[in-house]
Amino acid sequence: MTNSMTRTARLIFTLTLLGTSTLLGHSALAQSPLFQPLYEVLSHPRCMNCHTITDFPRQGDERRRHDQLVVRGADNHGAPTLQCSACHQDNNVADGAVPGAPHWGLAPLSMGWEGLSASQLCQVLKDKSKNGDRSLADLLKHMSEDDLVLWAWTPGGNRTTPPLSQPAFVEAVQAWVNAGGPC
Amino acid sequence: MFTIRVNGIAHTVDVSEDKPLLWVLRENLKLTGSKYGCGQALCGACTVHIDGQPTRSCVMPISAVGDKQVRTIEDIGNEHIGGLVQATWQELNVPQCGYCQSGQIMAATALLKDNSSPSDQDIDKALSGNICRCGTYPRIRKAIHKIATEQL
Repeated sequence: MTNSMTRTARLIFTLTLLGTSTLLGHSALAQSPLFQPLYEVLSHPRCMNCHTITDFPRQGDERRRHDQLVVRGADNHGAPTLQCSACHQDNNVADGAVPGAPHWGLAPLSMGWEGLSASQLCQVLKDKSKNGDRSLADLLKHMSEDDLVLWAWTPGGNRTTPPLSQPAFVEAVQAWVNAGGPC
Repeated sequence: MFTIRVNGIAHTVDVSEDKPLLWVLRENLKLTGSKYGCGQALCGACTVHIDGQPTRSCVMPISAVGDKQVRTIEDIGNEHIGGLVQATWQELNVPQCGYCQSGQIMAATALLKDNSSPSDQDIDKALSGNICRCGTYPRIRKAIHKIATEQL
């Protein structure tokens, strides 16, 4: 009798834990499984550090404020005379210490993704009033061809890369676009 | 072989394509006013102007210069505002050891050309990438304000 009660109590406890973790984990899970792989890439620091909602970029996997306290600036490319391109060239430097890619800069504030759940990020990504008037096809092109996006997979130094390979990411975006961009 | 325009003069140098502009300036052209500090665009001592924009020459490969105009500390005094900055730097004794100051002057000149009455915040934003181990920041700020209020 006591054993049976203990087992029941354990079961209830385990189920409660599972239920709680599902609830807690909900915000990180997209409602559409087709968007989930995109979310895992877009929320990676290589993407998110410049898709901020702040007036400055971040850096590193710990996502600290960018060194030198550089700022976003009116055109998302830094202060008028301290532009991102003052340090970030079109390519990573030889030893990888300073990353670089063409048109290095922050995404506009309307494309800031920090703090968004997967489904919110999905909606913002598709919202033409926020995404630079891009259709789903335009998004596919941006995410598969833009030099600055592609940099995330060749970031230089010991920087980590997004969880999907670049070809797998393009396949995932293609599948999401083909399905009409479900969130 | 690369031909670059530095301080209005074309120079042809035989160097590898990844040689940083700073070392072309210092070694090949003997323009040693731009300093090597960190080599990683972290300190600003190597700042030159590329088409008027302050740029860290230590991380800019010679192959990226193309036909852009390079201006260094050796020539900045020939510009009106560059001359004012250098004169005021002397008048207020801004430098201490001086190692970072060519970079500071290049950054300050670009700021004042863009903004003739910068606030403290504007100065911080424009010069936050130019580090001074002697801590001459208050004098740098004072000199920029002095030029803006008295001469621009």
